[in-house]
Amino acid sequence: MKTHNKSGIPYTLPRQSATFTNEVNSEIRRAAATGIYDIRGGGAKRRVPNFDDLLFLGASISRYPLEGYREKCETNVTLGTRFAKKPIEIDIPITIAGMSFGALSGPAKEALGRGADAAGTSTTTGDGGMTPEERGHSSKLVYQYLPSRYGMNPDDLRKADAIEIVVGQGAKPGGGGMLLGQKISDRVAEMRNLPKGIDQRSACRHPDWTGPDDLEIKILELREITNWQVPIYVKVAGARPYYDTTLAVKSGADVVVLDGMQGGTAATQDVFIEHVGQPTLAIVRPAVQALQDLGMHRKVQLVLSGGIRSGADVAKAMALGADAVAIGTAALIALGDNDPRFEAEYNKLGTTAGAYDDWHEGQDPAGITTQDPELMARFDPVEGGRRLKNYLKVMTLEAQTIARACGKNHLHNLEPEDLVALTVESAAMAGVPLSGTSWIPGAG
Amino acid sequence: MQTLDLAKVELREVNSTLHAQKEDTNQTSWEVVNPKGSHAIAVGLDAPIEVTIMGSTGYYCGGMNKQATINVKGSVGPGAAENMMSGALIVDGDASQYAGATGHGGLLVIKGNASSRCGISMKGIDIVVHGNIGHMSAFMAQSGNLVVCGDAGDALGDSCYEARIFVRGSVKSLGADCEKKEMRVEHIEILKDLLERSGCDAKPEEFTRYGSARNLYNFDVDNAAAY
Repeated sequence: MKTHNKSGIPYTLPRQSATFTNEVNSEIRRAAATGIYDIRGGGAKRRVPNFDDLLFLGASISRYPLEGYREKCETNVTLGTRFAKKPIEIDIPITIAGMSFGALSGPAKEALGRGADAAGTSTTTGDGGMTPEERGHSSKLVYQYLPSRYGMNPDDLRKADAIEIVVGQGAKPGGGGMLLGQKISDRVAEMRNLPKGIDQRSACRHPDWTGPDDLEIKILELREITNWQVPIYVKVAGARPYYDTTLAVKSGADVVVLDGMQGGTAATQDVFIEHVGQPTLAIVRPAVQALQDLGMHRKVQLVLSGGIRSGADVAKAMALGADAVAIGTAALIALGDNDPRFEAEYNKLGTTAGAYDDWHEGQDPAGITTQDPELMARFDPVEGGRRLKNYLKVMTLEAQTIARACGKNHLHNLEPEDLVALTVESAAMAGVPLSGTSWIPGAG
Repeated sequence: MQTLDLAKVELREVNSTLHAQKEDTNQTSWEVVNPKGSHAIAVGLDAPIEVTIMGSTGYYCGGMNKQATINVKGSVGPGAAENMMSGALIVDGDASQYAGATGHGGLLVIKGNASSRCGISMKGIDIVVHGNIGHMSAFMAQSGNLVVCGDAGDALGDSCYEARIFVRGSVKSLGADCEKKEMRVEHIEILKDLLERSGCDAKPEEFTRYGSARNLYNFDVDNAAAY
């Protein structure tokens, strides 16, 4: 590149626009070429205030720590203690979020069940019904009750250990879904009562109820069908967490699952994922406040999801008042999704390891988000399950390490007072002081 | 005939008693009195029993039914026979919204009129409405048969898949990707059977068949306005 003109006067360095970045421009060119909005999987990729913006204080003179490896720090949690005769008791406060058979292969669902089971936690079905693989390999299985009702039947409902009524998800609050035809194998089509090879739309709202008054009656119906045995969760996107949590509790939920915008989806419009919803960090305190205002904190359990990656995230979510967390994207990565060993194949798909998100196209080199028999064969569900178990154990150990350092003998004893924030934004969202100050923006 | 009186026992006892009936029960005939619009009556049944509800019900009467034949001597609230798998729900009066929603099988008969979204997302159920149906009926209907002996409201069969819709009267408007279809011999046979089983004396030849034009089955940007 020339740096000077003929007279020897230097050129100003080429300046890229902060508004029209290369990435933005590439999307404009793609839209201009195709006339179709970009559809992808995963959650929000933009940087939003998140748990990395919080720090634990640890112990000091005013608080003493627990001895690592000697003094116990419990991790168990019971979900659904409000009405259900059989609440779910799990050993660790990390559950596997709902992901559908259809979006994921049968072996991938099996691996999630195996890993969750070995770590003593629950896994969750998704849009598309319950498969024998996941029921067989998950001793604690949450059955999602979704607007599409694909595969819904009372026999599977009664086989479930809990029912999760999905009102929304963090990646697309107010949105439905679409499983493109190329992923509709004979088996997926049969489970969904639709012809093979056609796009399968998932509705954005339930076909037989609208609003909290109806939801209360729907919960009654599901309890009657299942003889009040199992907990009923209500999953909402983190759009209006205070009011949605309030309404879910008033409708009779045993557990509220709250999903922030970093939470993944199998497929939806990129514009939806990036521009609708709220960061996970921002939604937990309003939801906890709603529970406290109703006198239901710890009576109706709160499960937080959306971009949870480590034991530190788990500990921070629990310190802010959640009872447990759910992981989806992180679990897929543990299984082998976006692994650099497939870099050459990601390159052929026009992407790179870590950025691959066209899960809906069914060409996943890792064999996880596909129904292609050849690609599926690359994935070993036993090994996948082992990896997921390891990852869950590591997250738990990390959370325990932090909790002990804060002097807590149970992860549930972590509290907002254990935290400070690194930025004004995260301090306001989390309701904890800005580091080095006693200032909580927005408080008082 | 066994009688369950909702003025004397709780809903829980009614449903748990009906759930306790096994495949080979000899108590095959049940009556529920004083329903007084209660919700979730006779939901999740799974035995070849006959239940007669003496009055009108609230939401989700007969929800997720398998095998049982449920008669309602009155009208039903929203979501009657939702997600029914098999058996039958026969309603003497009218039905509110979402009757037969997502039903996988069995027969739903409404001798009066049905409100909006009748047969929404149906997945194999047969629904026969002796009267009229409201707007957006058979929305995203996947499979099964919806028979309307009267008139249909706006946006019939919007975004439907492979469900068959038969209407004897007028259709106010068709929804996206729903079109009039040829009535072939096999359709006359299906209708004849359904009309007979639902106690309707209409003639199959009086009906018009509607179904999916299949233009929205795979995303095409040129159809974006229809999505």
